[in-house]
Amino acid sequence: MKFGVVRFPGSCDEVDALLAARRVSPAELLWHGDRDLRGADAVIVPGGFSYGDHLRVGALARFSPVMEEVERFARAGGPVLGICNGFQVLCEAGLLPGALLPNTSLRFLCRQVEVQVTGRPTAWTAACAPGDRLSLPVKHTTGRWWAPDPVLDELEAAGRVVLRYAPEANPNGSARDVAGVASAGGNVIGLMPHPEHAVDALTGSQDGLCLFRSVLEHGALVAP
Amino acid sequence: MPSSPPSSRHRELGLTDGEFELIVEKLGREPNPTELAMFSLMWSEHCAYKHSRRLLRTLPTEGARVVMGPGENAGAVDVGGGLAVAFKVESHNHPSAVEPFQGAATGVGGILRDVFAVGARPIAILDSLRFGELASPRSRYLLERAVAGIGHYGNSIGVATVGGEIAFEGPYEQNCLVNAMCLGLAPHDALIRSAAAGPGNLLVLFGASTGRDGIGGASVLASAELGELDGAKRPTVQIGDPFEEKKLLECSLELLQRGLLGSLQDLGAAGLTSSAAEMASKGGVGLDLDVGLVPLREADMEPFEVMVSESQERMLCVVEPERLDAVLEVCARWETLATAIGRVTAGGTLRVLRGGEPVAELPVGALVDECPLYDLHPAPPAVALYPAPPATLAAGATPGQTLLELLGSPNLASRRWAFEQYDCLVGSRTVRRPGDADAAVLLLGELAAEGDAVPALGVAIDGNGRRVACDPYRGAVEAVLECSANLACVGAEPLGLTNCLNFGNPEKPHVAWQMTRAVAGLGDACRALGVPVVGGNVSLYNEGADGPIYPTPVVGMVGELPDARRAGRLGFARAGDTVALLRASGWAPSLGGSELSKLRGEPLATSLPAAELGELRALHAAVRQGVRSGVLRSAHDVAEGGVAMAVAECCLAGGLGAELAIADGEDPWATCFGEGPGGFVVSGEMPALSAFGDALVVLGPVAGEVLALRCGELELTLGVAELAAVHERGLSARMG
Repeated sequence: MKFGVVRFPGSCDEVDALLAARRVSPAELLWHGDRDLRGADAVIVPGGFSYGDHLRVGALARFSPVMEEVERFARAGGPVLGICNGFQVLCEAGLLPGALLPNTSLRFLCRQVEVQVTGRPTAWTAACAPGDRLSLPVKHTTGRWWAPDPVLDELEAAGRVVLRYAPEANPNGSARDVAGVASAGGNVIGLMPHPEHAVDALTGSQDGLCLFRSVLEHGALVAP
Repeated sequence: MPSSPPSSRHRELGLTDGEFELIVEKLGREPNPTELAMFSLMWSEHCAYKHSRRLLRTLPTEGARVVMGPGENAGAVDVGGGLAVAFKVESHNHPSAVEPFQGAATGVGGILRDVFAVGARPIAILDSLRFGELASPRSRYLLERAVAGIGHYGNSIGVATVGGEIAFEGPYEQNCLVNAMCLGLAPHDALIRSAAAGPGNLLVLFGASTGRDGIGGASVLASAELGELDGAKRPTVQIGDPFEEKKLLECSLELLQRGLLGSLQDLGAAGLTSSAAEMASKGGVGLDLDVGLVPLREADMEPFEVMVSESQERMLCVVEPERLDAVLEVCARWETLATAIGRVTAGGTLRVLRGGEPVAELPVGALVDECPLYDLHPAPPAVALYPAPPATLAAGATPGQTLLELLGSPNLASRRWAFEQYDCLVGSRTVRRPGDADAAVLLLGELAAEGDAVPALGVAIDGNGRRVACDPYRGAVEAVLECSANLACVGAEPLGLTNCLNFGNPEKPHVAWQMTRAVAGLGDACRALGVPVVGGNVSLYNEGADGPIYPTPVVGMVGELPDARRAGRLGFARAGDTVALLRASGWAPSLGGSELSKLRGEPLATSLPAAELGELRALHAAVRQGVRSGVLRSAHDVAEGGVAMAVAECCLAGGLGAELAIADGEDPWATCFGEGPGGFVVSGEMPALSAFGDALVVLGPVAGEVLALRCGELELTLGVAELAAVHERGLSARMG
C-alpha cells in the first residue's frame, strides 16, 4: 500500500507527513500541477499555507490540477486525510462538511492538546479505540471548525465527528469541541491537529501513528 | 581647499561632506544622481560597518570546525556526518520601531535568505526582542505586532521558531530591538559562496518583482537615530510575503541541488546595488546590468530606484549561459519569476544600463572596500547614562512576596503567550520545545531506530542589556557564558557563535566606550571558551531623544549533542531526587544589576562580579557531561532572579516541589536573589551526584507540591500551583 502526499506551493508539513507515513508504508510526494496520483492507495493533503492563504485558506489549492484527481479518488471511496490546511482544502472542495474560521483568540496557536477519538470507525481512525485520548499538537490561525447546528446534529447522529478536543482543551473555539470530521463514507477525514508531528516519543508523542496505521490495516474496508 | 559641493543632496542621503569629496576624488568627477544613491547606501554604516569594522577584527573567527567564517551571507561550522550548520543573527530594529509587524516579519525573511543563500535549508529561527517597560502602551503594541510579524513569516514559510528571549527596559521605549537568528543545514559540498566569476556568465535576478518599497532603508532608517518624524519613514520599511519566499527557498535549493548556479546572493539592505557590488567585489570581476530588464511593480521607476529598492524575496545568481534555460525551467516550475539582467565582465567596473545606455559606471572597489573607516573615540561617561528604573516592589516585601513578584514580573514571567504564536514543530526536528529546557534541541537527521544514538544540535540566544549597561566588559562576557551554560544544560558542546551588536550612536564617546568594552569582553570570553565567531551583524544609532538604548550585544550559539535521547531538561524529574547547586569556587552572586534590584528601583550598579573563565569552561563541561551521562536528571543555569528564581523555574517545569536549604553567606538576599555567572541548579540521585566533588552543594530533596527555601533567616514556602498561576499570568494577563 502506498501513500501519496500532495505538495502545493506553500505547503509546509508535506515532508513531515511523508516521513510519518513512511513509518508504516511507502510514501511519495504528489506535485500540485500533475493530474496524477501516481498509483497512491491513500492520499494525504498536508498542512501549510497553500498559495499563501491568499483569498481564503484552502480556496485556491482546491482548484489545482492534482485536486481534480484527489476529488475523483475520494468520491470513489479512496482514503483521503486532510491535516490542518489540508482539512481547510477538503472543506473548500466540498469533500467534508463545515468550514474553518479564525480562532477565537485571532492569534496563531501552537500547543500540544488532548484529542478524543469518537464517532464510528473510519479509514483513518479504525486502529484507535473509541474513547482513546491522543496527545497531538495543533498549530493554526484558522482552525475553528463550524457548521450550522442542524448539520452538526446530523453529523453527530451519523458518528461522523471522529475527533474532539478534550473538555477544557479546545484551542480555537470550534463548535462542540470538534477537532476532526469524516465524510459520509468514512474514507475522507479532516482534522486540525497534526498526527504527523506525533509519531515519536522523542519529539513529543507517538499517538498520531494510529491514524497512519488505520489506513494500512483497515483502509480496505472502505477502499474504492 | 576643495570647493564645497554644489548641493546638499548627499547629506540628505546620509553622506558627510568629507565622504562626498572622497567619492569625487575616486571617480575623478562628480557622481550622477544614480551613482550618488548607490554610494550613499554602500557607504552607510549598515553596509560598510565604518564605525565597527576595526573592532570586529579583534574577535576570534577561527576554529577547527569552522567551514565558512564572517564575510559570507552566513557562517557555517561542521557538525559531522558530512553536514554543516550555517547560522547568523541579524537586527531589524529601526523598521520594527516604525512598523513592528512588517519590520519583524521582514527581519525573519532577511535572515532566512541569508541562510539559504549559502545553500543551507533553514531548520530553525530564534529571536531576541527588547521593548520599553510593559506598562507602556507603546511597548505592548510593539510586542503584540512584532511577535505576530515573526510568527506570520516563520509559520507561513514552514521554518520552526524554537527559542528566543524578550526583555522590557525603559531605554528601549523609543527604539525597540528585533534580532532574528536562523540556522540551516547543508551537506558540505552543497555550500555555495557569493563571489561572481567567469566573464561572459549571466546575472540572473529571481523571485519577487521590484517596487518602490524600502528605498533608502539602509541609509535613512538603519544608519540614523530615530526621531519625531518617524511616521514619515514608513515608506522606507519593506513589506514581506512569506509565500513568495517559500517558493524562492525551494527554487533556490533545487537550483543548487542540480548544480546550475555559479554563485548565489540574496538581496537585502541596499538591494541590487549591494548584492551586485558584493558579488563582483568578492570575485574580482565587473558586472554590466540593465535596469530596463528588471521586472518592475511600477513601470515608471527611475534607475536609482531600481538599484536601491529593498523589495523583499529576491535573489541574484551567476549562471553559465548554456545553463540559463535549465535555470529558467526550474524557476518556472516553482512559479518564481526569473530574468537574466546582465553579465559578468572582466575588470572591476559595475555598469548600470537602461536599455543599453549607461546610467552609472562605478569602480567596484570604491563602492565596496574603500569607504572610510572611522576610529572610535571612546570615553567612559562622566555621569550615569541611565536613570534608575521605577520601583515596583513594595519596601519590606517578604522573601515569598519577592519571589512571587519576580515570577510575575515582565522580564521573568512565562513566555508562553509569545512562543505559542510560533510553530516550533514543523520540520520534525524539535526535541526540546520552548519551556522544556535552557536551549532548544533539534535533530540533525531523521529519527533513528529505537536505541541508536541520534545526533542533535543545541541552540540558544541571549543577552542582557541592563547588565552590559552596568559593566560593558563583564556584561558582554556574561552573554557568552549564558549561552554556553544554556547549551551545557541540554548536553551540547559549543561549535560556534554569531552576534548582533546593538548600540547607540557610535560617534558619541560614551557609546564608543560601551562598544569597545563590550567587544573586548565578547572576544575574551570566546577565546577562553574556544568558541569562534562565524558571523553577525552590527546595529548602531539605536537611540532617540531620551538617549541611547542599553548596550545590547546579543549572542547566538550553536552546539552539538551526540544523542538527542539524552538531551537535558530544566524541570525537576522525580520526587526523591536530590537538588544541588553546582557552582564555580569563586561564585559570588550579587544584587547589583539584578532583576530584584530593578524591581526595587535601584540605580544601575557600576560593576558586576568577575568570572574566572577557565574554571567556568571546566564547570560547563562537567554539567554537559553530567547531562549526557544521565547523572543529571535536570539542569538549569542560575541567571535572572538568582537561585530562588532558578529553583522555582525547575519546580514549575517539572510540576514538583522541593525542600531546600542553602547556607547563608554574608547576605542571604544576595545568596538567594543575587546574579552572577557560574551557578547551576541540578537534580539527580545521590551518591552519583557526589562525583561533582567540591563544585556540588546539596540543597535538599525534590518533594511534594510546595517549594520551601531556607537561607539563614530568609525563608519562603509557596505552593507550586500558586507559583505557576503568577508565572503564567505575568505576561499573558497584560497582553490579553
